[in-house]
Amino acid sequence: MYEMIAFYLFSVLTIGLFLVTVMSKNVLYAMTSLAAGMVLISGFFFILGADFLGVVQLIVYVGAIMALYSFAMMFFDATRDIKEKNTSNALVFLLGGLSALVLVLMFAAPIHSEAIQALYPMHEGAGNAQDVGIVLFTKYLVPFEVAAVMLLVAMIAGIILAGKKMDISLTEDISADDEILVVKDEK
Amino acid sequence: MIGLSHYLIVSAIIFSIGLVGVLRRRNLLMLFFATEVMLNAVNIAFAAISYYYNDLTGQMFAFFIIAVAASEVAVGLGILIVLYKKYGSLDLDDLANMRG
Repeated sequence: MYEMIAFYLFSVLTIGLFLVTVMSKNVLYAMTSLAAGMVLISGFFFILGADFLGVVQLIVYVGAIMALYSFAMMFFDATRDIKEKNTSNALVFLLGGLSALVLVLMFAAPIHSEAIQALYPMHEGAGNAQDVGIVLFTKYLVPFEVAAVMLLVAMIAGIILAGKKMDISLTEDISADDEILVVKDEK
Repeated sequence: MIGLSHYLIVSAIIFSIGLVGVLRRRNLLMLFFATEVMLNAVNIAFAAISYYYNDLTGQMFAFFIIAVAASEVAVGLGILIVLYKKYGSLDLDDLANMRG
């Protein structure tokens, strides 16, 4: 019963907030409604028993990604309304709905839901975080490490792209570099 | 009682909202927001399937999607800042300078 109430409440609120995100002309409204929608999506995860995923959603999406967006907002003019030259709205809605429907049918069609069996079943006694940890560090260790390297690469790319004058060192003066070069030449 | 199909329908609705946003938006930042909406919709579907089939694989994929989304935002926002410094606008119509 409570699950039902929570599900309908979360779904209505999430859909409404994401509609605001997509339709709003103001960047700040869009960003705050996106953040609120992500908090509610973590509510879905908690209903579904994926506690660890919900916490990660809160920390990474609401904590990190939205903070990144709001910092990036300082570079752009966020208070001004966005003027967009929109093509006909009805056509876009029709195309969007139709292609989403086609995607859903495409991915749902080949599934024989009775034939699916759990590859990594959840354990009865263990909590969700323990289960996730066991599977993540045994079966999914290589993707986990690759994801770590990918995040490192993305971090370096973000620093290089957003920082200005990254080719000039801030901590040491150029004359010191020259001295090092002189020493190298003498060797 | 809430079944798997409920969650999948909500996920499909949110995904189509994101898709409409991607098709409709002309501002690059708003396009990024719409992409985030789509990624979140997929995460809901993964978590729901993981719960109803009692399998952890869906949650694992959701974790990796979150990691991919985080790196996408880091790189994408860097590119947006460079674009804004260069052109002073994030509108796709202003940035389109290759006309065949």
